[in-house]
Amino acid sequence: MSQTKTVEEIETIELDRVVIRFAGDSGDGMQVTGGQFTTTSAIAGNSLATFPDYPAEIRAPQGTLPGVSGFQIQLGEIDIYTAGDEPDVLVAMNPAALKVNIKDIKKGGTIIVNQDAFTKTGLDKAGYASNPIEDDSLSSYRVIPTQITKLTRLALEESKLDSRSKDRCKNFFALGLMYWIYSRPLETTKDWIKEKFAKKPDIVDANLKALQAGYNYGITVEALPTYVVKSATIQPGKYRNITGNQATILGLIAASQKSSTPIFLGSYPITPASDILHELSKYKEFGVVTFQAEDEIAAVCSAIGASFGGAIGVTSTSGPGLALKSEAVGLAVKTELPLVIIDVQRAGPSTGMPTKTEQSDLLFAMYGRHGESPVCILAPSTPSDCYEMAFEATRLALEFMTPVILLSDGYLANGSEPWLIPSSEELPIINNHLIDPQKSQDEPFLPYSRDENLVRNWAIPGMAGFEHRISGLEGQEGSGSISYDPENHERMTETRKKKIKNIQKSIPPLEVFGETSGDLLVLGWGGTYGTIRAAVEELQKEGKSVSQAHLRYLNPFPSNFEEVLRSYNKVLVPEINDGQLSRLIKADFLINAHCLNKVQGQPFKVRELKEAVSRLIEN
Amino acid sequence: MSQLVDQGTLTKKDFASKQDVRWCPGCGDYSILSSVQSVMPEIGVPKEKIVFVSGIGCSSRFPHYMSTYGFHSIHGRAPSVATGLKLANPDLSVWVVTGDGDGLSIGGNHLIHCIRRNIDLKILLFNNKIYGLTKGQYSPTSDVGTKAKSTPYGSIDRAFNAISVAIGSQATFVARTIDTDPKHMQEIFKRAAEHKGTAFVEILQNCVIFNDKVHSPITSPENKIANQLRLEHGKPMLFGKDNKNGVRLNPNTLDLEIVEVGSNGITEQNILVHDEKRINPTIHFLTGELDTPAALGVIRNVEGPNFEEEVYKQITKVKELKGEGNLEKLLNSGETWTIE
Ligand code: SF4
Repeated sequence: MSQTKTVEEIETIELDRVVIRFAGDSGDGMQVTGGQFTTTSAIAGNSLATFPDYPAEIRAPQGTLPGVSGFQIQLGEIDIYTAGDEPDVLVAMNPAALKVNIKDIKKGGTIIVNQDAFTKTGLDKAGYASNPIEDDSLSSYRVIPTQITKLTRLALEESKLDSRSKDRCKNFFALGLMYWIYSRPLETTKDWIKEKFAKKPDIVDANLKALQAGYNYGITVEALPTYVVKSATIQPGKYRNITGNQATILGLIAASQKSSTPIFLGSYPITPASDILHELSKYKEFGVVTFQAEDEIAAVCSAIGASFGGAIGVTSTSGPGLALKSEAVGLAVKTELPLVIIDVQRAGPSTGMPTKTEQSDLLFAMYGRHGESPVCILAPSTPSDCYEMAFEATRLALEFMTPVILLSDGYLANGSEPWLIPSSEELPIINNHLIDPQKSQDEPFLPYSRDENLVRNWAIPGMAGFEHRISGLEGQEGSGSISYDPENHERMTETRKKKIKNIQKSIPPLEVFGETSGDLLVLGWGGTYGTIRAAVEELQKEGKSVSQAHLRYLNPFPSNFEEVLRSYNKVLVPEINDGQLSRLIKADFLINAHCLNKVQGQPFKVRELKEAVSRLIEN
Repeated sequence: MSQLVDQGTLTKKDFASKQDVRWCPGCGDYSILSSVQSVMPEIGVPKEKIVFVSGIGCSSRFPHYMSTYGFHSIHGRAPSVATGLKLANPDLSVWVVTGDGDGLSIGGNHLIHCIRRNIDLKILLFNNKIYGLTKGQYSPTSDVGTKAKSTPYGSIDRAFNAISVAIGSQATFVARTIDTDPKHMQEIFKRAAEHKGTAFVEILQNCVIFNDKVHSPITSPENKIANQLRLEHGKPMLFGKDNKNGVRLNPNTLDLEIVEVGSNGITEQNILVHDEKRINPTIHFLTGELDTPAALGVIRNVEGPNFEEEVYKQITKVKELKGEGNLEKLLNSGETWTIE
């Protein structure tokens, strides 16, 4: 899309896909702009994927590099799995946004800059010695300087808003311009503005005017080419856009309904998991109890208490919080209570990079407790898969009376994708392990007597005749009363381990995309799914013998896992960590898995994966 | 089994579990256990709805010795476990058993927030001013100078007054009792059970092994007359032999003074009348801080919004507003579009 046209030649160019990044100051409304562009494109029938990139500080000083907020979208008429490696187009609302993002932009790509922000102060704050629009540092891009601030002000001359509020509308000007360039209708965003600011008619009016002005500007300047990205062949049906965190709470509510077990969420605010607490708190009509605890430990302990009381206890957090919850998760392992722990992973160690994604809690989820303390671990693969996996986490917790850790990540949590809305009828009924007090039970009641899967009985306070005590202390097989008997402890350790292993019977086998044997298997887990899929599809088209398998069940592994691994000459494990799944595979199966690791707080690029695969096949 | 037992016929022994009680012989915990078991048939709650939750420590073994539902959890976290339990099922009568280390040290944060929320839990804090289970280290309530395993030259840090911590956390019910007086304990436990909201009860408990007689200045037969101020709502705060001594509020210093009735022109009229229902907590705070005599009884008992009730009120309100949750509708909510 780098060819330039003279005014007379303006035509609409067809693209099979395009990658656009909106970037500006964190106060510039770039997430809204990106979100609106996404919805409009989704409604137009594009396949798409997005990736928001927030600054860590809520309001870093205006105009500075740490204050830059970005939103990237890839849309296409072909299947899109990622937000794209390199943007074809950058919309930069200020010099800092240009400076932070320019290195990612495809050579020959288009850059729309808000010229008005390139003042001496603006350039100084971003650390530019000279104005990049005027010197030749951007000569390998097609730069379209636009007076976004000035034109927005002009469009709002008659508005009663003060000048600061007027300036805040400039993101809609930019959006309007992008709609014109990409031949998009304005209706969806117009409706959104009217609804969103319904109580502030002045703001509605100003934003609508700015949007239209941006669009009209595209028409009048004429120098801009326009593009169209045709609709993809998408499965027909009703869609909505969904982020990982939203999908997670829908999965929880669905599981609560399907198991007739009320949800209790105990949580403490932490980036990037807080939205789970926010979102779930909205749905009290489902009888959901959400509890913002005084700390992470209280959050998980309250969830455990709720589970003892007959609810499904859930706690949502990120790495630092999971560390704090560790002892309590052990308590749930020992007492064998259902518990769902959602860890939206972020870059660590310690506070790390809270807004940046990472997959570095896998080994912690697996081993981060004292004693022999196995739990079930799941990981969703895409934002919308969070729905299914949150449902699964709850199902397994209830059906196997165990803590389940759901390893989401910052990329999935905030990333969004169009979601073919499932029918609630597609979901299975979940049989929780509550005993039926009417049916005769062991005499006396034994809380730790077990079924064929080694799952214990669940009796809850309020059931007369089943009074019992549970404890973090080791308990006698069957009765659960305190026991220091050495053999009993070994037996119980074995039992708790086998119970987790038995979950294998209840989960689907690992599926493979591509040939079921061959040169190379790319094995991933969690949020890397889209990138791996895109890379493997391209490689397959190039004739390479490459297949993809993506683990959503990490403990226990699916029963056919080893067989799948052994069907390929080589296995490559790309991870956003320093090599964690690969270590598990080596330890469990003595298979020499090759690692591809990236620890930059950013997802893989398709290109990086393709290069790694090619290298490995050639050697 | 699983037959409903007629609650009216239950007695103290129906609340004892089969687990052997394993506290040291002579430990104050025995009499507390016995008093709690005595009170249980009288609080008007069916046995299956009573739950004891504890953390870690000598006192935290408590749930194992009760025949009710029980949860012996992890160090310091009993208030959190109990909070989740009560929120999941507000119908239950939930009792938290904790100690000075469990409740005021490792679990201090949970304790204060639990009290602040005024969730309907009964918190029994066994205060023996020492760590027993870990074999004798000083605790947050140990008096300065306590020589314990970790403080061979005497402890340096100032002690917490458990009552002040509770009042400072905006407690609605605060009481103190002693392990040597079962009758008093039972009365206080019943009062705690009746209270709607967090009921905080400090029990001065003797650890015979690591801190023997630490409460003797208050509890021993020789001292009890002189050093126990038995509080009764609406009654003057008198104590000592023949109720000769009393507590007076000095309006200039806002301090409580110990005075002798009959000397210096002081009559009963000058003695402060205990009002547990006073909203302003200042005098309750001062009362809890008295050491000789130590105040025993219900220090504070006021009404306040109750957390679990408010939580469910909100749920009911949302249901009225939005109707009962419908999963299909929820899945289809937000901005949707259809691809033909
Ligand atoms: S160590 Fe002290 S508190 Fe613990 S059981 Fe023995 S006497 Fe009681």
